[in-house]
Parts: sequence; structure tokens; C-alpha cells
Amino acid sequence: MSMSHFALPTLTLRFFPIWRRQWLVWRKVAVPAILGHLADPVIYMLGLGYGLGSLLPEMGGTSYIAFLAAGTLCYSSMNSASFESLYGAFARMHEQRTWEAIMNTPVTLDDIVLSEILWSATKSLMSGVAVLIVIWILGLSDSLMSLWMIPLVLLIGLTFAAVGLIMTALAPAYDFFMYYFTLVITPMMLLCGVFFPVTQLPEALQALAAALPLTHAVDLARPLMKGEVPAQAVFHIGVLLTYALVGFYISLVLFRRRLSR
Amino acid sequence: MNPVIQAKGLQKSYGGHRVVDGLDLSIHKGECFGLLGPNGAGKTTTLRLLLGLIAPDAGTATLLDLPVPQAAREARIKVGVVPQMDNLDPDFTVAENLLVYGRYFGMPDSEIEARIPDLLEFASLTSKRDAKVPTLSGGMKRRLTLARALVNDPDVVFLDEPTTGLDPQARHLIWQRLNALTQQGKTLLLTTHFMDEAERLCHRLAVMDNGKLISQGSPRELIESNIEPQVVEVFGETAGQWASEHTAKYAQRHEVSGESVFCYVHDAQPLVAHLQAQSVLRYLHRPANLEDVFLKLTGREMRE
Repeated sequence: MSMSHFALPTLTLRFFPIWRRQWLVWRKVAVPAILGHLADPVIYMLGLGYGLGSLLPEMGGTSYIAFLAAGTLCYSSMNSASFESLYGAFARMHEQRTWEAIMNTPVTLDDIVLSEILWSATKSLMSGVAVLIVIWILGLSDSLMSLWMIPLVLLIGLTFAAVGLIMTALAPAYDFFMYYFTLVITPMMLLCGVFFPVTQLPEALQALAAALPLTHAVDLARPLMKGEVPAQAVFHIGVLLTYALVGFYISLVLFRRRLSR
Repeated sequence: MNPVIQAKGLQKSYGGHRVVDGLDLSIHKGECFGLLGPNGAGKTTTLRLLLGLIAPDAGTATLLDLPVPQAAREARIKVGVVPQMDNLDPDFTVAENLLVYGRYFGMPDSEIEARIPDLLEFASLTSKRDAKVPTLSGGMKRRLTLARALVNDPDVVFLDEPTTGLDPQARHLIWQRLNALTQQGKTLLLTTHFMDEAERLCHRLAVMDNGKLISQGSPRELIESNIEPQVVEVFGETAGQWASEHTAKYAQRHEVSGESVFCYVHDAQPLVAHLQAQSVLRYLHRPANLEDVFLKLTGREMRE
């Protein structure tokens, strides 16, 4: 690997035409895309929330379904960004060679990777807001504080997009992404406090959960949805930002190496 | 005037294998320059180096007076690229492909929109303006890729095997358009392994093999300096045996390929007379062409 691969990213506004490209593609499939953003998380939330929730006492001062609503927002944002930054970015890089076409213009790889992260985060934002609207309509959160969820789902998107792109940079083919979803994304859904409080887990698993980014997203989301200021908010935001920035840098170095061959 | 594209001692290795090996090149304004070579000769890597997409291990290159890869971003503002494999946006229409691509050059939408009718006209795609890319034929896709490479009104156009996989009609249309571009004063650098394409389009050519330029000049110069002017091809089951008995007497040089013998001669008359006097072997007498030069310089064996 050449030293030049390790240079810090050069960021310019030239990422914006690429973001607009993705937006134009998305607009053409907007209706099924919005349905896709909504159907899966909302069905889980309603099914588990009402079904399982009827068997459960109140959880942390709210109904189970309200408890689940905060977790659902976090994991569905994580999933949106992860799918886009893995399958979507891989298609553009490898299958359609869109990146190659763009790199023949004055736009560089640094701009492209930045645009992929921002686009995946945009998908998180769109899916997060769609789910949030359903939550408001169902009356599962009535605090103005829940508006803070909008920047939070964007931050979750940035975090998981940046981490996901590391896998995209390493992937020989689409099959490779199964490892990431099976070994990283699914465990996070189950360990990070989406469906039940992390404190229910054995200590070793609690320690593991504390290192995972989704835990910190959930720790921010749950109080916000109840109208409370999250404890240690700066720390949780810092963890998510660190994952985002380190993920961006590592993925960029790996993409530089991959595409210089 | 400085050359539009210049390379000095360019070198690039991948995994210990030297793909480009000490390449010197000067291409001048308004020139159509062809890079010929078998698969794996280093043509595409050379283009990538000259575009500043990859950094050389040694040597320097300039593109439109700017050093690459250091100032590649600035240089590429006035460069168009037709890649070897189509990478059009399949989700978009023909016109949307041009619009979205123009934005990458920082052009405002109004300026791109104003250019689109001319670009479509140039590519004979006016009626396909709102067609989606997957519905286009191979030739149409190629023409759209060419139009896309012109969206920023470049001074230099790089074309990596622009007609590979096209039928003769589609190739001829591309050739016409490339000729029109050189007449407009644009500089073209193209790679190809079609000799007729190179002979027809290029003012100057370089034959490349194993990362090195092994011969350079106009198509006519390449033929004159590398090969005898006349070729007699002899075909038939017994051609090989015939060659071992007779070619020494009639031909300066010959090559056997399967059941064909290629005889390279300065004066074909005695050989043709000899062949007319027998009835077993068929033959074809023709002037030497670029393909003969290419095969002489790079060998007849297959490259994989």
C-alpha cells in the first residue's frame, strides 16, 4: 500500500452533484422506496409492540410499544444507511461503474466517498422521519423533544454509512455482505437495547453492547422520545461521531487502495 | 507550442510486473494519436497514468500543460473520456445522462441544457432524448458515451477502444464523428486493436508491447520502416511444405500460420508468376498494411 493512500481526505463541494444524482435516481422509485422504508420497521413495531407489549408491564415508565418506538427509529435508520452503503455503493462502484465514470471528471474519489456517506445518511433521514411520523400519528410520543430525533437519525445514518463503506471497500461480491449483516447488524439489533433494556443482559454482553454504536444511539433516543434530556448526551454523540469519522477515513484508505489497481 | 499530452520515462508496476516501462510520448494539438498493442500491452494503464487517475512509480507526465497526477483535477476540466466499458447511468434517460455528467464539471444546469440538443445531434440520438439507457443498442450507447465525453467541450478526448463490440455500421458512424472532432481542432488519444481503425483515423500511431513503445510514426511511415511493401498470402494444405521448398528463392521473409503462408517481398512478380504456374495452392497478392506491421512487431502467438 502506497503512503499516498493514507493522506487525510480532501473535502470539496464537488460531492454535491453526486448527491443530486442519487436523489434523481431515488425520485424515480420514490413510492416503493418510501413503502420499503416504512413497512418493515412499522410492522415489527406494531406486531411486537401490541402483541408482546400486552404481556409486559410498563417499561421504564412507558408502554412497551412506546419503549419499542425509540429503538425502532434507531435500528431502522441503521438498516437504511447500511443497505445503501453496502449494496447501493457496491453497485455504483463495481457493477454499474458509476464511480469510474465520475472519476474521469474533475471529481475525485474523496468526493465520491463523502457523497456516498451523505447519501446513505439521507436515506436514514428519510426513513427515520417516515417512521417518526407514524409514531406521532399513533400517539406514541407527544413531546416536542422528539423533534431532536431528526438530527439524531441523520447522525445514526452518517455513523453506519461510514462503517458500512469499510465492508464495501473490502467486498469481492455481494455475498460478502451477508457476513456483515449476520455478524454485526443483527447482533446489534438484539444487544443494543432496541427490544429490551441492555441491563437485562449478562455483564459480559453488557460490556460488549457498551462498545457498539447502536447502544449509544438508543441511549439518546429513548429519553428524547419521552421528553427528557439524555444523560451523558455529549459522550454518546461523541461515540457516534468517532465511529463516523474513523469509518470514513478507513474506508477511504481502502477504496484508494482498491481503485488504484 | 507545448505538446498537449507529454510523458517522460513513465513507469508503473503492479505486483512486481512492470505494466508501463519507461514510456515517452508527445501528442500535439489537433492530432489524432493511436496507441496500438495486444491485450495486456499496457494501453489502458498508460491512459490512466496520463489522465492522472493513478500515480506513476517513476517519470513525469503533463496534460494540457498541467502536471499529472498533481494537478489532474484542474487538467480534467478540459478533458473528455470514453472508457472501454460502458458506464452510463442505467436509471436515467439519454438527456439525463448528459445533464448529470455535466454537473460533475461544475457546469450550471442552464449551460448543460443549452448544449444537449447539439450533443444529441452530433451523436445521432435526437429522437432518443427521453429513452432509457437499457433500451439503447450497443452502437447508441457508445455514441451516448461519446456525447457525454463532450459535454464539457473538452480540448482533449481519451478513447479506450471506442468501437470494440460494434457492428460495421456503428463503427463507421463513430469514425465519422471522431474525424469531425479532429477537424474541430480537438486532440484525440485512442487505443485500439483494429488496424483499419488506426489507419483511417490516426495521424500518428505508436505500437506498444510489454509496457514499451516499440515503434512510432504515421501509418505510412510505420509500414515503410518496418516491413516489405508487398505481401503474398498462400493458402492450402500443402502450403507449409511449399514454403520450406520455395520461399527462400522468392520472398525476403515469410511466416507460416496454420495452413497459410505470408510472404513479404519487395517485388511480388516472380512469386506470383510461380504461383500462377501451379494449381494446388491459392494465393492473394496485396500491399503491406498495418496489421502486417503489428504482427511482425508483436508476434503471432496468442496473448492471454
